[in-house]
Amino acid sequence: MNKETILQRLNIRQQCKKYPLPIWQCPQFIFVVMGVVIIISTLFTYSISFKYIDDPLLIALIVLLISWILLIMAYVVTHGVEKLADAARLKMEFLTIMTHQLRAPFANLKWIIDLLVSGKIGTISNDQKEYLDILAENSKRLEELINKIITASKIEAGQFPLDKKPFSLKELVQRVVTSARAYAEASNVKITLNIQENLPKAFGDQARIREVIENFLDNAIKYSKGKGEVEISVFKKDKSLYLEVKDSGVGIPKEDQKYIFQKFFRAKSAFKHQTQGSGLGLFIAKSIILAHKGKIGFKSQEGKGSTFWFTIPIAEQQQ
Amino acid sequence: MKKILFIEDESVLQKTFEKALRAEGYDIISALDGETGLKLAQTQKPDLILLDLILPRLNGFEVLKKLKEDPQTKEIPVIILTNLERMSDIDKALELGATTYLVKVNYSLEEVIKKIKKTLGDSEE
Repeated sequence: MNKETILQRLNIRQQCKKYPLPIWQCPQFIFVVMGVVIIISTLFTYSISFKYIDDPLLIALIVLLISWILLIMAYVVTHGVEKLADAARLKMEFLTIMTHQLRAPFANLKWIIDLLVSGKIGTISNDQKEYLDILAENSKRLEELINKIITASKIEAGQFPLDKKPFSLKELVQRVVTSARAYAEASNVKITLNIQENLPKAFGDQARIREVIENFLDNAIKYSKGKGEVEISVFKKDKSLYLEVKDSGVGIPKEDQKYIFQKFFRAKSAFKHQTQGSGLGLFIAKSIILAHKGKIGFKSQEGKGSTFWFTIPIAEQQQ
Repeated sequence: MKKILFIEDESVLQKTFEKALRAEGYDIISALDGETGLKLAQTQKPDLILLDLILPRLNGFEVLKKLKEDPQTKEIPVIILTNLERMSDIDKALELGATTYLVKVNYSLEEVIKKIKKTLGDSEE
């Protein structure tokens, strides 16, 4: 072992960076803490023994015994923590590799389709373009499903970092509604917005909150079979911002309601009305809101409709 | 004619980019692994390098590090083209000297070509 390796091993911060855990769960940090505990305990045992015992040999034996017991405990604790930390690191590496391996074919598919449609390697007929568009659309659907599975896996592995900043929830909702208008119109669903004037800024990861709103709105439109109305309301409630999406759709059967936020769960109404879905959207939505220290919930009546809501912190209170 | 070196272990992607970039008037040379890519960069002196990160024999980070350490290749702009999207990977690549970091699934072929043209100073914008 050369000097550089020894210095590297002594750099606790550097060593702990390889684990996806806070420093107090890092085995090297635990080792240092246990070392300090052993030294302090040994000195303490010596000073107490010295006060009450005259025989120096007996003092030495007591100190040795206490140190020995503490060393064994330190070894067991550090070894256990190291195994947990290694498992967390391997899980993170596995997720990284799987993310890469699952996404790689989609980039290839997307670019090959782009190249064919561009006409740079020969003109294509309208029929061929139509089938390529279908291929592109289905590839995108599969990609979105894979992304949801990867996100759900990351949430469960505790690898779900958020980029929290102040942002305008009003503008975000307006953008989401604009991009959903075509889908809503095609589904014969009218969307109305009720947003409080002078709404304070929200504090959170805008991209992730967008995912939650899109999920609520997508479900509201999907389950409003035939002519329907979806109402989105946003207002300040106590120290948070409250958002709800209310629909007049098929509703959720009472016996399914307690499972609605579970991974891969799809209510009987989903199968009855033959709607597409992975069963991951609400699980991910709940994880996102809880990670923002917000609340999420719903109320629903079969045949009458559902209201899904969440709260997130206001920006001023976070800074 | 400007020369682009594409270091990517997926031969399907290599073929796609060869056709797309030749149609734009670029000469393209390819390598299926990091070691071969590094040797080609040193011998062929391309105008730009497109570099994947997960590569056999020598990974993209190591290739990038060696490119930037070599006085003969350190000025060649490098665009990372990968499916790795962790902030730590992005920061690492940019710290090692990559010009741009693109996550494959987030860009269309047209958008990648625009980035290439912009880096080479051939952009019409």
